[in-house]
Amino acid sequence: MSDPVLLINVLLLLLAIGAALAAMWTRDLLGAVMLMGIYSLLLAIEWANLFAMDVSYTEAAVGAGASTILLLTALTRTGTREKAGPNFHPTALLTVLVTGAVLIYGTSDLPRFGDPLAPATVHVAPEYITQTVGKVGATEATENDFGDHVPNAVTAVLASYRGYDTMFETAVIFTAGVCVIIILRPLAGSARRRTAGSKEDA
Amino acid sequence: MSESVVLRTIGGMLFPYILVYGLYVQMHGEIGPGGGFQAGVLVAAAFILHSLLFGKELTDRLLPTWLVDLSMSLGVLLYIGVGIVGLVKGSYFLDYSVLDPTHPAHAEALGMTLVEAGVGLTVASVILTMVRKVNGEPA
Repeated sequence: MSDPVLLINVLLLLLAIGAALAAMWTRDLLGAVMLMGIYSLLLAIEWANLFAMDVSYTEAAVGAGASTILLLTALTRTGTREKAGPNFHPTALLTVLVTGAVLIYGTSDLPRFGDPLAPATVHVAPEYITQTVGKVGATEATENDFGDHVPNAVTAVLASYRGYDTMFETAVIFTAGVCVIIILRPLAGSARRRTAGSKEDA
Repeated sequence: MSESVVLRTIGGMLFPYILVYGLYVQMHGEIGPGGGFQAGVLVAAAFILHSLLFGKELTDRLLPTWLVDLSMSLGVLLYIGVGIVGLVKGSYFLDYSVLDPTHPAHAEALGMTLVEAGVGLTVASVILTMVRKVNGEPA
């Protein structure tokens, strides 16, 4: 445990697990949303610690920012107390345990973190890296695929080498937005009918 | 709408800086960490903050719903459009290098910038739409 980076990683992950457990156990939904925000922020620091800056950005912006606000907005319409009932669901626990066990079993086949002999490191990564990284200000003769405009390999992979993936990801996000509009439009448009319906429920 | 003077003053001061930072992440995505997705979320967050502090009506006047809906589809169309330009110019889909035949490497970078702009537009408007709709804003 003399490695300070490892120590920070373990501490961050323990804090994240603690935040996730607390979010599960609390009855106060407002508190649970805040705890999930803290959880995302801790994971964002953890990603930064693993040098995955782009993932860290996304986790901080989406996990801790946008989704927290989205859940808070939803809470203003639903109330902030969880319904009374058992806090322990055996089937859910079993599902999570089985899925977790399968995932952990799957990681045993993965190469070690940062293994220089891993297939991804010896197969495609060198090609990506030689074409894009660290060539700012190179001469015309040694120019890479992107004319030295794209030193960030992650962006090069996302937008160019894996352009199809990113295009369909964008299409998925667009579809999600369209679905939200379709599902929530009648609800927003007929406020009178909704209040009448909620009176019937009560 | 927030009643607190402190929140409104500080938030109002922060709003343009968050926007500029979002644009910086968008434009600088090829060099530093970030890109269209992260930039889109940042820009959306700026407008969400604005609507939390100054009320939905003011943000709606700043950024009407039809404009958000339009930019949502414009982003995807921009991405696919760049791909189709590759097809029309006689290469394969999403081949950016044909955008500028005299200098393919620069064209690659240009294509990536356009594509990232499309991602940013879509992500920003979708996240803004989600929060607005859940908030119960009339369509």
